[in-house]
Amino acid sequence: MATYNLNINGKNLQVDVDPNTPMLWVLRDHLDMVGTKFGCGIAQCGACTIHLDGNAVRSCQLPVSAVTDAQITTIEGLSEKGDHPVQKAWIEHDVPQCGYCQAGQMMTAAALLKSNPSPSDEEIENAMNGNICRCGTYTRIKAAVKTASQNQ
Amino acid sequence: MTTVNTKLNRRSFLKVSALAGGGMVLSFSWLAGCKPSSEEELLAMPKEWFELNSYIKIGDNGRITIFSPNPEFGSNIKTSMPMMVAEELDVDWKNVIVEQADFYPERFDRQFTGGSQGIRQGWKPLRTAGATAKAMLVAASAQTWNVPASEITASNGQLSHAGSGKKAGYGEMASLAATLEVPEEVTLKEIKDFKIIGNSKKNVDGQKIVTGQPMYALDKKVEGMKYAAIVQPPAFGMRLKSFDKSSISGMPGILDAFEINVFKEDYARNFFDTTTFPDKIAIVGNSTWEVMQAKKSLKAEWEKAPDTTFPMAGRGGQANNVTIPGGLENTSSHKTKMAEYIQKPGNVLRKDGDPEGAFKKAHKVLERTYTAPFLAHNTMEPMNCFADVKGDKAEIYGPTQAPDFISGTISQAIGIPKENIQINLARMGGGFGRRAYSHHLVEAAIISQKIQAPVSLVYTREDDMAAGVYRPTYSATYRAALDENNNLLALHVKAGGIPESPIHANRFPAGAIDNYLAEGWDLPSNITIGAFRAPRSNFIAGAEQSFLDELAEEIGKDPIEFRLELLKRAETNPVGENNDYVPSRYAGVLELVREKSNWNTPKANVSRGVSAYFCHNSYVAEVVDTVIKDNQPYVESVYAAVDCGVVVNPDAAANMGEGAIVDGIGNAFFGEMAFENGAPTKTNFDKYRMIRHKEAPKKIEVHFVENNEDPTGLGEPLFPPVFAAVANSLYKATGKRYYEQPFAPQLEMQNLRM
Repeated sequence: MATYNLNINGKNLQVDVDPNTPMLWVLRDHLDMVGTKFGCGIAQCGACTIHLDGNAVRSCQLPVSAVTDAQITTIEGLSEKGDHPVQKAWIEHDVPQCGYCQAGQMMTAAALLKSNPSPSDEEIENAMNGNICRCGTYTRIKAAVKTASQNQ
Repeated sequence: MTTVNTKLNRRSFLKVSALAGGGMVLSFSWLAGCKPSSEEELLAMPKEWFELNSYIKIGDNGRITIFSPNPEFGSNIKTSMPMMVAEELDVDWKNVIVEQADFYPERFDRQFTGGSQGIRQGWKPLRTAGATAKAMLVAASAQTWNVPASEITASNGQLSHAGSGKKAGYGEMASLAATLEVPEEVTLKEIKDFKIIGNSKKNVDGQKIVTGQPMYALDKKVEGMKYAAIVQPPAFGMRLKSFDKSSISGMPGILDAFEINVFKEDYARNFFDTTTFPDKIAIVGNSTWEVMQAKKSLKAEWEKAPDTTFPMAGRGGQANNVTIPGGLENTSSHKTKMAEYIQKPGNVLRKDGDPEGAFKKAHKVLERTYTAPFLAHNTMEPMNCFADVKGDKAEIYGPTQAPDFISGTISQAIGIPKENIQINLARMGGGFGRRAYSHHLVEAAIISQKIQAPVSLVYTREDDMAAGVYRPTYSATYRAALDENNNLLALHVKAGGIPESPIHANRFPAGAIDNYLAEGWDLPSNITIGAFRAPRSNFIAGAEQSFLDELAEEIGKDPIEFRLELLKRAETNPVGENNDYVPSRYAGVLELVREKSNWNTPKANVSRGVSAYFCHNSYVAEVVDTVIKDNQPYVESVYAAVDCGVVVNPDAAANMGEGAIVDGIGNAFFGEMAFENGAPTKTNFDKYRMIRHKEAPKKIEVHFVENNEDPTGLGEPLFPPVFAAVANSLYKATGKRYYEQPFAPQLEMQNLRM
């Protein structure tokens, strides 16, 4: 066990956990931020995507000991009022079915738009390809990313 | 207008006053459960709520809460079911707050999500609930204003009496209305007068989803809660022999490990009591990560399970002895055995005319065999459950499609009567049939009872994917007899699977062919199976519609025209008596998809396939356009035509259809579970290939037939036709027919990139 000072969604938070504990479980079990989801545990599905210094990363494979100097953003902190262009576009296109993967999808989409504000269809597909949606909302996700791109 | 008798579903209209004397032990968040999520909602919350029936409570300020009875797994019934209530209640949708009802069989009928039946079976009861509450508000106004009820109009949350000019909001009359007798008969609206049904409404949980608020069972946390993981046998046909608790004791955060048994010895299983490993090990600790680490270190001994026999209720409820064979099975031996069965006679499921005679005199016989592997459901949210069992009471909060089918199983496992077990319905991260089998709830309850603390149980992805309840593996052989003029004389289908046959013997093309024979067979297995989006249809549709495509080509007819001719025969002069489809509606979707896809004038460079199927009371036809670019085939566009009667929430319905199409394309190309010595060869997404963004179609159009038929299924019917539409379009693209699912391996052998 060790104590870690973390910067999450602009707040300084402290946890006392094993250094190997993935950020996914630090967020969910220790900090009660459950918007980040557990899907596969091996960085293959993207449900656990968060931002590390603005880049989309898989929190299930990211040990807490590796992130102490980083700015972390989770779905809870993507915007203050739930009105990030990606969140608004997701509502506009009524994207979610079961909703479980969508936090990860949105975090990937938000990181994409930050680095590439006007992605082509192919760029969207490439950036989003690591995020599985078992309900198959891919066409709506792509449409929502385009809408968000226009409304930034 | 339809007049309905409210006595038919009286229990939906129970009131709080009746419950007060009824001795309900469990708390139910009935009048305190509203959780406003936006500022607007906070401002508009009423001081007091009045309950008019099980579905509706009305605030003194006119806010309406509608309870959605069925568990939500992503089909958006949490929005569309309340829309049906709101329509007849006649309120402004903006004033409606939707809440998920908990499992409460005394108040709600059929809290089951599956079989595409939510909207179909809710159509009358939910509208009746709305109409009944409206009638009570009208009666309250009549009493207050001392005017005849027949002179009062109720609309958009407002009551008015033209003669006296009196007006009131629903909120003003709610307290009196809640004390009145429930009317025995109410009148339902005519479809043309609908204001909410048929007008798209956004997902009522949309904002919560996009902001990551807790909604799933795995998100629940209470003071003193522990975390649990399971360790199950490594292969089908294996069982627990012993384990060494000391192998993990002393690991950080680990509190206990013990064996759990889902079924007591004398328990008679119900139809949904399929679970692969009823006996397994539970590990309990202080965090999810710590119990997952301990899972890897736990030393356990497994042994081969013998044949086991136990009583289990069949689909009709009658108990039969079921024998699960011992042994470690392999996909290769499954394939060999299935090939043998193709040569043997099957059980005759339907026979019209003289098929044997017709085949004897045939000028030409076309015979093709289609196969498909086991499939894992792979819901994005793995199986999990929260449970808190204290003394003789239990609270369960878990992802389940079928709380009614698991409550008795939980009861026998923990020795607490059903009425003391409260099952709260969590939003599910996908279902697809998998969560009709909810033994993760039973396991969590057993663990909580054992440790005397609330617990959150979670499966790893590997646990989840290896836990069985799969879509079965199937095989179907179709034969067609043609005369010298290419007239279709007879059709023969023989289909089976491990461990069930996929045949729906009375479906099309039965009824359209004079000489018809359907045979089924099945092989026992210890690999467990369960409902998977459109059970059986999800295979047989692909086989049948691929065969009809090849048959149409053999005969020299356009594939849509060929199907329409068969359907015309079934409509005008049907063969046999038990045909379970309406040929004109079947033809209707084919005609609609022909029009919407511009069937006869496809875009250049696309290869086109069509398919149509009827299941879950609905008709669907689909056209798939495939493109091969840079040596890589992909689905560019899909056009679907659907006849599911009245569509309650059109945009959400389209979303559901799009998802089913994507699901079908993914499983057609990639879906496959295989076994070696009883062990699943794929246990996570690194090996089990799921469809991803790049493989999804660029465009999907879902077109609904407009009619006034009562609503029928939607979540499943768009799935089965996809497989053949893909196969038939791939044939046009590559010149090869695709008989074996998944298609990707064959495409790769043709030097195409997948």
